[in-house]
Amino acid sequence: MKVSMRVNGAEKSGDIEPRVLLVDFIRTNLGMTGTHVGCDTSSCGACTVLVNGDPVKSCTLLAVQVDGSEVKTIEGIAQGAALAPIQVGFHEEHGLQCGFCTPGMMLIGEELISRIPNPTDEQIRWAISGNICRCTGYMNIVKAVQHAAKLTSEAAKAPAAAMAGGAE
Amino acid sequence: MFPAAFDYAAPATLVDALALLKQHGDDAKIMAGGQSLIPMLKLRFAQPGIVVDIGRLPGMAGIARHNGHLSIGALARHVDIERNADLPKLCPILVDTVHWISDPLVRNRGTLAGSVCHADPSGDWGSVMLALGASIVARSQTGERVIAIEDFFKSPFTTALKPDEIVTEVRIPMPSGPSGGAYNKLERKVGDFATVAVAVHVELSGGKIAKAGIGLTAVGPTNIKAIAAEKALVGHEPTEQVIAEAARLASEAAEPKDDIRGTAAYKKDIVRVYVLRGLRTALGRAREVKA
Repeated sequence: MKVSMRVNGAEKSGDIEPRVLLVDFIRTNLGMTGTHVGCDTSSCGACTVLVNGDPVKSCTLLAVQVDGSEVKTIEGIAQGAALAPIQVGFHEEHGLQCGFCTPGMMLIGEELISRIPNPTDEQIRWAISGNICRCTGYMNIVKAVQHAAKLTSEAAKAPAAAMAGGAE
Repeated sequence: MFPAAFDYAAPATLVDALALLKQHGDDAKIMAGGQSLIPMLKLRFAQPGIVVDIGRLPGMAGIARHNGHLSIGALARHVDIERNADLPKLCPILVDTVHWISDPLVRNRGTLAGSVCHADPSGDWGSVMLALGASIVARSQTGERVIAIEDFFKSPFTTALKPDEIVTEVRIPMPSGPSGGAYNKLERKVGDFATVAVAVHVELSGGKIAKAGIGLTAVGPTNIKAIAAEKALVGHEPTEQVIAEAARLASEAAEPKDDIRGTAAYKKDIVRVYVLRGLRTALGRAREVKA
Protein backbone atom coordinates (compact mmCIF):
# COMPACT_ATOMS: atom_id res chain seq x y z
CA MET A 1 0.00 0.00 0.00
CA LYS A 2 1.14 3.51 -0.72
CA VAL A 3 1.50 5.75 2.32
CA SER A 4 2.66 9.30 2.61
CA MET A 5 3.12 11.55 5.60
CA ARG A 6 4.96 14.72 6.52
CA VAL A 7 7.85 13.75 8.78
CA ASN A 8 9.53 16.70 10.49
CA GLY A 9 8.07 18.95 7.81
CA ALA A 10 9.29 16.92 4.82
CA GLU A 11 6.99 14.88 2.60
CA LYS A 12 7.85 11.16 2.89
CA SER A 13 6.20 8.21 1.21
CA GLY A 14 6.61 4.49 0.78
CA ASP A 15 5.01 1.37 -0.58
CA ILE A 16 4.51 -1.01 2.34
CA GLU A 17 2.48 -3.90 3.66
CA PRO A 18 -0.40 -2.84 5.92
CA ARG A 19 1.20 -4.74 8.82
CA VAL A 20 4.28 -2.47 8.91
CA LEU A 21 4.42 -0.62 12.21
CA LEU A 22 5.03 3.11 12.21
CA VAL A 23 8.28 2.68 14.13
CA ASP A 24 9.59 0.23 11.51
CA PHE A 25 8.56 2.53 8.68
CA ILE A 26 10.44 5.39 10.32
CA ARG A 27 13.56 3.39 11.19
CA THR A 28 13.81 0.98 8.24
CA ASN A 29 12.08 2.67 5.32
CA LEU A 30 13.04 6.24 6.15
CA GLY A 31 16.37 5.33 7.78
CA MET A 32 15.73 7.61 10.75
CA THR A 33 17.00 5.70 13.77
CA GLY A 34 16.52 8.37 16.41
CA THR A 35 13.19 6.77 17.32
CA HIS A 36 14.03 3.75 19.47
CA VAL A 37 12.44 0.35 19.98
CA GLY A 38 12.52 -0.59 23.64
CA CYS A 39 9.97 -3.14 24.77
CA ASP A 40 8.04 -3.50 21.50
CA THR A 41 4.96 -4.23 23.65
CA SER A 42 3.51 -0.76 24.26
CA SER A 43 5.02 -0.57 27.74
CA CYS A 44 8.11 1.67 27.65
CA GLY A 45 7.59 4.73 25.44
CA ALA A 46 11.06 4.64 23.82
CA CYS A 47 9.32 4.72 20.43
CA THR A 48 7.37 7.91 21.18
CA VAL A 49 6.71 10.20 18.24
CA LEU A 50 4.18 12.99 17.76
CA VAL A 51 1.34 12.32 15.32
CA ASN A 52 -0.60 15.47 14.51
CA GLY A 53 0.93 16.91 17.67
CA ASP A 54 -0.04 14.08 20.04
CA PRO A 55 2.58 11.81 21.63
CA VAL A 56 1.92 8.19 20.63
CA LYS A 57 3.75 4.88 20.73
CA SER A 58 4.95 4.22 17.19
CA CYS A 59 5.37 0.49 17.97
CA THR A 60 1.61 0.30 18.52
CA LEU A 61 0.49 2.11 15.42
CA LEU A 62 0.38 0.93 11.83
CA ALA A 63 2.12 3.19 9.34
CA VAL A 64 -1.03 3.07 7.19
CA GLN A 65 -3.06 4.49 10.09
CA VAL A 66 -1.12 7.74 9.94
CA ASP A 67 -1.27 8.10 6.15
CA GLY A 68 -1.65 11.82 5.46
CA SER A 69 -0.64 12.84 8.99
CA GLU A 70 2.02 15.12 10.39
CA VAL A 71 4.72 13.16 12.23
CA LYS A 72 7.48 14.59 14.39
CA THR A 73 10.44 12.52 15.54
CA ILE A 74 13.45 13.41 17.66
CA GLU A 75 15.32 14.37 14.47
CA GLY A 76 12.83 17.22 14.03
CA ILE A 77 13.44 18.82 17.39
CA ALA A 78 16.64 20.84 16.88
CA GLN A 79 16.22 24.24 15.26
CA GLY A 80 19.00 24.17 12.70
CA ALA A 81 22.39 24.21 14.40
CA ALA A 82 20.93 25.57 17.66
CA LEU A 83 19.65 23.22 20.35
CA ALA A 84 15.94 23.38 21.11
CA PRO A 85 14.99 24.45 24.67
CA ILE A 86 14.12 20.84 25.56
CA GLN A 87 17.59 19.71 24.45
CA VAL A 88 19.26 22.49 26.44
CA GLY A 89 17.17 21.42 29.45
CA PHE A 90 18.34 17.80 29.25
CA HIS A 91 21.94 18.96 28.73
CA GLU A 92 21.98 21.44 31.58
CA GLU A 93 20.14 19.27 34.10
CA HIS A 94 21.83 15.99 33.17
CA GLY A 95 18.46 14.53 32.14
CA LEU A 96 19.95 11.42 30.58
CA GLN A 97 22.55 8.77 31.20
CA CYS A 98 22.42 6.00 28.59
CA GLY A 99 20.11 8.07 26.39
CA PHE A 100 17.87 5.26 25.21
CA CYS A 101 14.63 6.78 26.54
CA THR A 102 15.69 10.35 25.74
CA PRO A 103 14.05 10.78 22.30
CA GLY A 104 10.69 9.86 23.81
CA MET A 105 11.21 11.92 26.95
CA MET A 106 12.15 15.00 24.93
CA LEU A 107 9.13 14.75 22.64
CA ILE A 108 6.85 14.30 25.65
CA GLY A 109 8.48 17.30 27.34
CA GLU A 110 8.18 19.51 24.31
CA GLU A 111 4.52 18.62 23.73
CA LEU A 112 3.71 19.17 27.42
CA ILE A 113 5.29 22.63 27.40
CA SER A 114 3.36 23.53 24.25
CA ARG A 115 0.14 22.70 26.11
CA ILE A 116 1.06 23.77 29.64
CA PRO A 117 3.80 26.43 29.49
CA ASN A 118 4.80 26.12 33.17
CA PRO A 119 4.07 22.53 34.17
CA THR A 120 4.29 21.51 37.83
CA ASP A 121 6.38 18.56 39.01
CA GLU A 122 3.22 16.50 39.18
CA GLN A 123 2.09 17.43 35.67
CA ILE A 124 5.50 16.47 34.30
CA ARG A 125 5.50 13.17 36.18
CA TRP A 126 2.04 12.31 34.84
CA ALA A 127 3.08 13.29 31.31
CA ILE A 128 6.09 10.95 31.36
CA SER A 129 4.21 8.15 33.15
CA GLY A 130 4.17 6.10 29.93
CA ASN A 131 7.91 6.48 29.38
CA ILE A 132 10.35 4.31 31.29
CA CYS A 133 13.88 5.41 32.20
CA ARG A 134 16.14 2.86 33.89
CA CYS A 135 19.04 5.23 34.63
CA THR A 136 18.09 8.59 36.02
CA GLY A 137 15.44 7.87 38.59
CA TYR A 138 13.46 10.57 36.74
CA MET A 139 14.52 13.44 39.05
CA ASN A 140 16.73 15.08 36.44
CA ILE A 141 14.23 14.46 33.66
CA VAL A 142 11.65 16.44 35.63
CA LYS A 143 14.23 19.19 36.19
CA ALA A 144 15.17 19.15 32.51
CA VAL A 145 11.57 19.69 31.42
CA GLN A 146 11.20 22.51 33.95
CA HIS A 147 14.42 24.09 32.68
CA ALA A 148 13.12 23.85 29.11
CA ALA A 149 9.79 25.37 30.16
CA LYS A 150 11.61 28.31 31.69
CA LEU A 151 13.74 28.80 28.56
CA THR A 152 10.67 28.55 26.36
CA SER A 153 8.71 31.17 28.27
CA GLU A 154 11.75 33.47 28.43
CA ALA A 155 12.16 33.08 24.68
CA ALA A 156 8.51 33.97 24.19
CA LYS A 157 9.02 37.16 26.19
CA ALA A 158 12.36 38.23 24.71
CA PRO A 159 13.25 36.01 21.75
CA ALA A 160 16.73 37.31 20.97
CA ALA A 161 18.08 37.42 24.53
CA ALA A 162 16.84 33.93 25.47
CA MET A 163 18.29 32.37 22.31
CA ALA A 164 21.71 33.71 23.25
CA GLY A 165 21.33 32.34 26.79
CA GLY A 166 20.20 28.94 25.55
CA ALA A 167 23.16 28.53 23.21
CA GLU A 168 25.92 29.15 25.74
CA MET B 1 7.48 -8.20 16.50
CA PHE B 2 5.11 -7.62 13.63
CA PRO B 3 1.65 -8.95 12.86
CA ALA B 4 0.76 -11.72 10.43
CA ALA B 5 -0.17 -10.29 7.05
CA PHE B 6 -3.66 -8.84 6.65
CA ASP B 7 -5.56 -6.71 4.19
CA TYR B 8 -6.38 -3.21 5.31
CA ALA B 9 -9.23 -0.87 4.51
CA ALA B 10 -9.90 2.59 5.91
CA PRO B 11 -13.42 3.33 4.68
CA ALA B 12 -14.45 6.97 4.45
CA THR B 13 -18.10 6.38 5.33
CA LEU B 14 -20.04 4.19 7.75
CA VAL B 15 -21.97 2.75 4.77
CA ASP B 16 -18.70 1.55 3.21
CA ALA B 17 -17.50 0.17 6.54
CA LEU B 18 -20.71 -1.81 7.05
CA ALA B 19 -20.48 -3.20 3.51
CA LEU B 20 -16.94 -4.44 4.23
CA LEU B 21 -18.12 -6.18 7.40
CA LYS B 22 -21.01 -7.77 5.55
CA GLN B 23 -18.60 -9.00 2.88
CA HIS B 24 -15.88 -10.37 5.18
CA GLY B 25 -17.89 -11.43 8.24
CA ASP B 26 -15.85 -13.04 10.97
CA ASP B 27 -12.64 -12.63 8.99
CA ALA B 28 -12.77 -8.85 9.48
CA LYS B 29 -11.61 -7.06 12.60
CA ILE B 30 -12.65 -3.49 13.38
CA MET B 31 -9.95 -1.10 14.56
CA ALA B 32 -10.58 2.29 16.16
CA GLY B 33 -7.46 3.51 17.99
CA GLY B 34 -5.79 0.11 17.76
CA GLN B 35 -4.31 0.24 21.25
CA SER B 36 -5.70 -3.18 22.20
CA LEU B 37 -5.86 -4.71 18.73
CA ILE B 38 -2.32 -3.93 17.56
CA PRO B 39 -0.66 -5.64 20.57
CA MET B 40 -2.94 -8.65 19.89
CA LEU B 41 -1.92 -8.63 16.21
CA LYS B 42 1.76 -8.38 17.12
CA LEU B 43 1.49 -11.33 19.51
CA ARG B 44 -0.52 -13.07 16.79
CA PHE B 45 -3.34 -13.78 19.20
CA ALA B 46 -5.45 -12.13 16.49
CA GLN B 47 -4.89 -12.95 12.81
CA PRO B 48 -7.78 -11.37 10.90
CA GLY B 49 -7.94 -11.52 7.10
CA ILE B 50 -8.77 -7.83 6.98
CA VAL B 51 -8.52 -4.94 9.40
CA VAL B 52 -11.27 -2.38 8.91
CA ASP B 53 -9.90 0.87 10.28
CA ILE B 54 -12.87 3.02 11.29
CA GLY B 55 -10.54 5.76 12.55
CA ARG B 56 -11.34 7.98 9.60
CA LEU B 57 -15.14 7.80 9.80
CA PRO B 58 -16.54 11.32 10.21
CA GLY B 59 -18.75 12.54 13.03
CA MET B 60 -18.16 9.68 15.47
CA ALA B 61 -15.82 11.30 18.00
CA GLY B 62 -18.39 13.47 19.79
CA ILE B 63 -19.18 13.63 23.51
CA ALA B 64 -22.54 15.28 24.05
CA ARG B 65 -25.69 15.35 26.15
CA HIS B 66 -28.62 14.17 24.14
CA ASN B 67 -32.20 13.18 25.07
CA GLY B 68 -31.52 12.40 28.71
CA HIS B 69 -28.29 10.56 28.14
CA LEU B 70 -24.64 11.26 27.62
CA SER B 71 -23.49 10.07 24.22
CA ILE B 72 -19.87 9.00 23.77
CA GLY B 73 -19.05 8.54 20.07
CA ALA B 74 -17.22 5.39 19.05
CA LEU B 75 -14.12 7.38 18.14
CA ALA B 76 -13.99 9.54 21.29
CA ARG B 77 -10.52 8.88 22.68
CA HIS B 78 -9.63 8.52 26.35
CA VAL B 79 -7.83 11.87 26.13
CA ASP B 80 -11.01 13.51 24.80
CA ILE B 81 -12.75 12.39 27.99
CA GLU B 82 -9.79 13.53 30.10
CA ARG B 83 -9.83 17.06 28.67
CA ASN B 84 -13.57 17.54 28.15
CA ALA B 85 -14.65 20.64 30.04
CA ASP B 86 -18.21 19.45 30.82
CA LEU B 87 -17.57 15.92 32.08
CA PRO B 88 -16.22 16.77 35.56
CA LYS B 89 -19.74 18.05 36.30
CA LEU B 90 -21.82 15.85 34.01
CA CYS B 91 -20.28 12.48 34.78
CA PRO B 92 -17.30 12.75 37.15
CA ILE B 93 -16.70 9.00 37.40
CA LEU B 94 -15.56 9.06 33.75
CA VAL B 95 -12.88 11.61 34.61
CA ASP B 96 -11.93 9.56 37.72
CA THR B 97 -11.50 6.49 35.61
CA VAL B 98 -9.68 7.92 32.63
CA HIS B 99 -6.57 8.65 34.68
CA TRP B 100 -6.31 4.95 35.46
CA ILE B 101 -6.37 3.95 31.79
CA SER B 102 -2.89 2.88 30.72
CA ASP B 103 -0.70 5.95 30.13
CA PRO B 104 -0.98 9.30 28.31
CA LEU B 105 0.38 7.91 25.03
CA VAL B 106 -2.19 5.13 24.85
CA ARG B 107 -4.91 7.57 25.93
CA ASN B 108 -4.02 9.74 22.92
CA ARG B 109 -5.07 6.94 20.54
CA GLY B 110 -7.35 4.50 22.36
CA THR B 111 -11.11 4.94 22.56
CA LEU B 112 -13.69 4.22 25.27
CA ALA B 113 -15.94 2.30 22.86
CA GLY B 114 -13.01 0.31 21.51
CA SER B 115 -11.97 -0.64 25.01
CA VAL B 116 -15.50 -1.80 25.86
CA CYS B 117 -15.70 -3.82 22.62
CA HIS B 118 -12.33 -5.42 23.32
CA ALA B 119 -14.08 -6.92 26.39
CA ASP B 120 -10.92 -7.61 28.34
CA PRO B 121 -12.08 -8.71 31.82
CA SER B 122 -9.29 -6.46 33.13
CA GLY B 123 -10.58 -3.47 31.17
CA ASP B 124 -11.57 -0.48 33.27
CA TRP B 125 -14.37 1.04 31.21
CA GLY B 126 -16.48 -2.14 31.18
CA SER B 127 -17.01 -1.99 34.94
CA VAL B 128 -17.77 1.71 34.86
CA MET B 129 -20.35 1.18 32.11
CA LEU B 130 -21.92 -1.65 34.13
CA ALA B 131 -22.15 0.61 37.18
CA LEU B 132 -23.67 3.44 35.15
CA GLY B 133 -26.15 1.20 33.30
CA ALA B 134 -24.89 2.26 29.87
CA SER B 135 -26.07 0.90 26.56
CA ILE B 136 -24.18 0.13 23.39
CA VAL B 137 -25.49 1.36 20.04
CA ALA B 138 -24.55 -0.94 17.17
CA ARG B 139 -25.19 -0.45 13.46
CA SER B 140 -25.30 -2.99 10.66
CA GLN B 141 -26.67 -2.90 7.14
CA THR B 142 -30.02 -4.01 8.54
CA GLY B 143 -30.32 -1.16 11.02
CA GLU B 144 -29.53 -0.05 14.54
CA ARG B 145 -29.60 -2.12 17.71
CA VAL B 146 -29.29 -0.89 21.28
CA ILE B 147 -27.71 -3.44 23.63
CA ALA B 148 -27.91 -3.08 27.41
CA ILE B 149 -24.43 -3.29 28.88
CA GLU B 150 -25.40 -6.17 31.18
CA ASP B 151 -26.14 -8.22 28.04
CA PHE B 152 -22.98 -7.11 26.24
CA PHE B 153 -20.09 -9.04 27.81
CA LYS B 154 -20.31 -12.76 27.02
CA SER B 155 -16.90 -14.24 27.88
CA PRO B 156 -13.27 -13.06 27.84
CA PHE B 157 -12.77 -10.83 24.77
CA THR B 158 -16.24 -11.77 23.49
CA THR B 159 -19.28 -9.52 23.25
CA ALA B 160 -22.85 -9.73 21.99
CA LEU B 161 -21.85 -7.94 18.78
CA LYS B 162 -22.48 -9.76 15.52
CA PRO B 163 -19.70 -9.89 12.90
CA ASP B 164 -21.49 -7.35 10.69
CA GLU B 165 -22.07 -4.77 13.45
CA ILE B 166 -20.11 -1.65 14.32
CA VAL B 167 -20.55 0.18 17.60
CA THR B 168 -21.27 3.81 16.82
CA GLU B 169 -21.95 5.15 20.29
CA VAL B 170 -22.04 4.37 24.00
CA ARG B 171 -25.02 5.88 25.85
CA ILE B 172 -24.91 6.69 29.54
CA PRO B 173 -28.25 7.58 31.16
CA MET B 174 -28.17 10.93 32.96
CA PRO B 175 -29.26 10.58 36.58
CA SER B 176 -32.54 12.17 37.61
CA GLY B 177 -31.57 13.03 41.18
CA PRO B 178 -28.41 13.60 43.19
CA SER B 179 -25.85 11.05 42.15
CA GLY B 180 -22.24 10.13 42.66
CA GLY B 181 -19.76 7.55 41.51
CA ALA B 182 -16.22 6.42 42.13
CA TYR B 183 -13.65 4.15 40.52
CA ASN B 184 -10.99 2.62 42.73
CA LYS B 185 -8.22 0.58 41.17
CA LEU B 186 -5.35 -1.38 42.65
CA GLU B 187 -2.42 -1.66 40.27
CA ARG B 188 1.20 -2.70 40.70
CA LYS B 189 2.55 0.34 38.92
CA VAL B 190 1.17 3.26 36.98
CA GLY B 191 -0.50 2.19 33.73
CA ASP B 192 -0.77 -1.47 34.72
CA PHE B 193 -3.84 -3.62 34.27
CA ALA B 194 -5.88 -3.81 37.45
CA THR B 195 -5.12 -6.32 40.18
CA VAL B 196 -8.67 -5.48 41.20
CA ALA B 197 -10.82 -2.45 40.48
CA VAL B 198 -14.35 -1.48 41.46
CA ALA B 199 -16.76 1.02 39.91
CA VAL B 200 -19.75 2.19 41.93
CA HIS B 201 -22.55 4.57 41.10
CA VAL B 202 -25.47 5.63 43.32
CA GLU B 203 -28.47 7.88 42.90
CA LEU B 204 -30.34 9.25 45.91
CA SER B 205 -33.97 10.14 46.40
CA GLY B 206 -35.44 11.38 49.68
CA GLY B 207 -32.44 10.18 51.70
CA LYS B 208 -32.63 6.68 50.28
CA ILE B 209 -30.66 4.97 47.54
CA ALA B 210 -32.87 4.98 44.46
CA LYS B 211 -30.39 3.38 42.09
CA ALA B 212 -27.09 1.57 42.56
CA GLY B 213 -24.58 0.13 40.14
CA ILE B 214 -21.45 -1.87 40.97
CA GLY B 215 -18.99 -3.16 38.38
CA LEU B 216 -15.96 -5.34 39.14
CA THR B 217 -12.72 -5.42 37.13
CA ALA B 218 -10.25 -8.30 36.73
CA VAL B 219 -12.03 -10.74 39.05
CA GLY B 220 -13.81 -12.99 36.56
CA PRO B 221 -14.18 -14.02 32.93
CA THR B 222 -15.77 -10.65 32.13
CA ASN B 223 -16.36 -7.40 33.96
CA ILE B 224 -18.93 -8.41 36.57
CA LYS B 225 -22.12 -6.61 37.57
CA ALA B 226 -22.58 -7.25 41.28
CA ILE B 227 -26.36 -7.59 41.13
CA ALA B 228 -27.03 -8.92 44.64
CA ALA B 229 -24.96 -6.10 46.12
CA GLU B 230 -26.84 -3.52 44.08
CA LYS B 231 -30.18 -4.94 45.25
CA ALA B 232 -29.04 -4.75 48.87
CA LEU B 233 -28.60 -1.01 48.47
CA VAL B 234 -31.69 0.07 46.54
CA GLY B 235 -34.56 1.36 48.69
CA HIS B 236 -32.40 1.64 51.80
CA GLU B 237 -30.89 4.51 53.68
CA PRO B 238 -27.16 4.35 53.11
CA THR B 239 -26.07 3.37 56.61
CA GLU B 240 -22.64 1.82 57.29
CA GLN B 241 -24.41 -1.48 57.92
CA VAL B 242 -26.15 -1.43 54.53
CA ILE B 243 -22.91 -0.49 52.77
CA ALA B 244 -20.99 -3.25 54.56
CA GLU B 245 -23.56 -5.85 53.51
CA ALA B 246 -23.34 -4.67 49.87
CA ALA B 247 -19.55 -4.92 50.05
CA ARG B 248 -19.79 -8.47 51.38
CA LEU B 249 -22.20 -9.48 48.61
CA ALA B 250 -20.01 -7.88 45.91
CA SER B 251 -17.03 -9.80 47.23
CA GLU B 252 -19.07 -13.01 46.95
CA ALA B 253 -19.89 -12.18 43.33
CA ALA B 254 -16.20 -11.94 42.44
CA GLU B 255 -14.59 -15.02 40.87
CA PRO B 256 -10.89 -14.14 40.86
CA LYS B 257 -8.01 -16.53 40.21
CA ASP B 258 -4.59 -16.75 41.83
CA ASP B 259 -2.06 -15.10 39.55
CA ILE B 260 1.07 -12.96 39.45
CA ARG B 261 -0.91 -10.00 40.81
CA GLY B 262 -2.26 -11.72 43.91
CA THR B 263 -4.18 -14.63 45.35
CA ALA B 264 -7.89 -15.11 44.80
CA ALA B 265 -8.60 -14.64 48.52
CA TYR B 266 -6.68 -11.36 48.56
CA LYS B 267 -8.51 -10.08 45.48
CA LYS B 268 -11.90 -10.98 46.94
CA ASP B 269 -11.10 -8.99 50.04
CA ILE B 270 -9.91 -6.04 47.98
CA VAL B 271 -13.29 -6.10 46.21
CA ARG B 272 -14.98 -5.83 49.60
CA VAL B 273 -12.76 -2.95 50.72
CA TYR B 274 -13.06 -1.06 47.42
CA VAL B 275 -16.84 -1.37 47.38
CA LEU B 276 -16.89 0.10 50.90
CA ARG B 277 -14.54 2.93 49.97
CA GLY B 278 -16.22 3.54 46.63
CA LEU B 279 -19.68 3.73 48.17
CA ARG B 280 -18.51 6.16 50.85
CA THR B 281 -16.97 8.40 48.19
CA ALA B 282 -19.94 8.09 45.84
CA LEU B 283 -22.45 8.83 48.59
CA GLY B 284 -20.40 11.83 49.71
CA ARG B 285 -20.41 13.13 46.16
CA ALA B 286 -24.13 12.51 45.76
CA ARG B 287 -24.88 14.49 48.91
CA GLU B 288 -22.82 17.41 47.57
CA VAL B 289 -24.87 17.53 44.39
CA LYS B 290 -27.79 19.92 44.50
CA ALA B 291 -30.79 18.02 43.19
